[in-house]
Amino acid sequence: MKKFLALVLALVMTLALAACGGGDGQKDGSGAAIKIGGVGPLTGGAAIYGNAAKGGAEIAAEEINALGGLQIDLRYEDDAHDPEKSVNAYNSLKDWGMQVFLGSVTSGPGAATAAESNGDHMFYLTPSASSTDVIGGVANPLTGSVDIPRRDNVFQMCFVDPDQGAYSAQYISDNSLGSKIAVIYKNDDIYSTGIYNSFAAKAAELGLNIVSTTTFTTDSQTDFSVQISDAKNNGADLVYLPTYYEANALILTQANASGYTPKYFGVDGMDGILSVTGFDTSLAEGVMLLTPFSADAEDQRTKSFVSKYVEKYGDTPNQFAADAYDCVYAIYEALKDEDVSSATSASDMCDLLMGKFTSGSFTFTGLTGENMTWDASGAVSKYPKGMYIQNGAYVGMD
Amino acid sequence: MLIFLNHLINGISLGSVYAIIALGYTMVYGIAKMLNFAHGDVIMVGAYICFFSVSSFQLPPAVGVLLAVIACTALGIVIERLAYKPLRQATSLAVLITAIGVSYFLQNGAQLLWTSNIKMFPSFFSSEPIALFGGELKITIAAIVTVLACVVIMLGLTWFTGQTKMGKAMRACSEDKGAAQLMGINVNATISMTFAIGSALAAIAGVLFCSVYPTLTPTTGSMPGIKAFTAAVFGGIGSIPGALLGGVLLGIIEIFAGAYISTQMSNAIVFAVLIVVLLVRPTGLLGKQIREKV
Repeated sequence: MKKFLALVLALVMTLALAACGGGDGQKDGSGAAIKIGGVGPLTGGAAIYGNAAKGGAEIAAEEINALGGLQIDLRYEDDAHDPEKSVNAYNSLKDWGMQVFLGSVTSGPGAATAAESNGDHMFYLTPSASSTDVIGGVANPLTGSVDIPRRDNVFQMCFVDPDQGAYSAQYISDNSLGSKIAVIYKNDDIYSTGIYNSFAAKAAELGLNIVSTTTFTTDSQTDFSVQISDAKNNGADLVYLPTYYEANALILTQANASGYTPKYFGVDGMDGILSVTGFDTSLAEGVMLLTPFSADAEDQRTKSFVSKYVEKYGDTPNQFAADAYDCVYAIYEALKDEDVSSATSASDMCDLLMGKFTSGSFTFTGLTGENMTWDASGAVSKYPKGMYIQNGAYVGMD
Repeated sequence: MLIFLNHLINGISLGSVYAIIALGYTMVYGIAKMLNFAHGDVIMVGAYICFFSVSSFQLPPAVGVLLAVIACTALGIVIERLAYKPLRQATSLAVLITAIGVSYFLQNGAQLLWTSNIKMFPSFFSSEPIALFGGELKITIAAIVTVLACVVIMLGLTWFTGQTKMGKAMRACSEDKGAAQLMGINVNATISMTFAIGSALAAIAGVLFCSVYPTLTPTTGSMPGIKAFTAAVFGGIGSIPGALLGGVLLGIIEIFAGAYISTQMSNAIVFAVLIVVLLVRPTGLLGKQIREKV
């Protein structure tokens, strides 16, 4: 009797759920909001990047929805910067009915979700997972072999790591910024090692004199005395830091405490160092970096984005927020004149967007670049902008 | 030679930070016989409280440290009451898992309260380092204070557990909880007291740690916590001078391995040394050899 009752209850509940599902479907059909999902570290050590991307994407979605026309239903899931959780989060977004995927925010998880989404034929445009392992099909500059085949559904809004490394080496060489160069990179992070590899390859080609190469990992990201004294004892006058600003803030502080004051050259991960609460910005004076976005830019669009972001989240947006904002807009621009609705399947959506992005005629202007185009490689035609820090603000180098 | 001395000083400075955290670990393990994996996160909470009282409320650093100590002591007692006391009779594995749970709880709680954005801890000591040998060798004041604090705390704890009534009660509980209770010692109160002391030490460790390595995030405490646990095992867990010795040695080995062998290998070398030490002396450098009576 009990079993029978349980069976009946289960049946009733299933029917009730099915009814709910049907009701939702109808509502969405009339609203015609397309479902865009994103995954990023909203908690854990890398949460600053995920929350920034989520914030930027939300502002873009609100603006677009306020325009009328094509509506966007945006949902972000947390992956705590863990590849496995990222795939789980991607799957739960698929259950929700996601039609376009904003990818993972960080590179390690990004490579995992890219592989997964490739099998599903789900369009994937990541704001900031800049490793070539995400798009695939790029040869390792040190070995020359293609380790991961090209995933044709995956595109990036940020510039790829090798571009940054090669560009840095070129820039340092062209402007003779350092006669002896030290490199400190994070060797358990594909972002940092990716940039380092292309930097090292280009530096060898250009004949740059690298006197000290030291590494650290997430586990040893507190004490940099060994790395700093190695650079100092080898007489390096320029320190290249292809790392994120959390580590950079510590490196600058500890180097200063030990009386070592070289020039510093960072990549886009250096962006954010000025907004660290309590950081002595005078230490960063003269630091050079590559970034696609500067919150201090004077154009109307950046100003409006920055003020909305500050109002909503109480913080200055970084490049992750700007890249995610651009991602949502790029998808919107590609879809706004097309016949798409919440009923379009993710696979059809993917064909449509892939066609647009690789057509060569689709250009996009956003906060992080003008007239950006994509090709079949998945990389964006956007080049790093050189900036340096003067009186606590970014100034363009050229 | 100067470079060698420089590395040695860096090693001692890093090691004494590990040591100060290891003292808290070893204290709790020695008496309650449990690994409090949340210890590293109590350090983080202490550092945050000090950070906010100094930078947001403009209180003098000494008051900030005092507030951090008071708050962490209270936190330690609350954690012990809510999470560990109900498990007094449970297996040690259950307590260990609970401690890991508390650790995650504190990290994510801190992230909700204070966000994951990094904060630079203000420097309480003169940022001008002491220069020796015509400026070739530099020692920061923060490093000297850390080393001194570490030695003072070690001596203080040794005196406390050896000479005071409460300390004797703690040692009795550590040897045999059942017998201690029969002798009229309030075992629960003694263990709570141990947590209170351990957490107060964590607050001091947090402030000193962040003075030397000034980035503060909700996960700041986790890695130093694990390294300090390693240091405590290295020196002989449960032994107070052992924690100091283990911490300082661990710091020196880590820096020397990085400086003279490879920065990529430094952590691997640290743990290889640990394995060798534990093979030769299973109870750690200063651990007591306890014979099991059959």
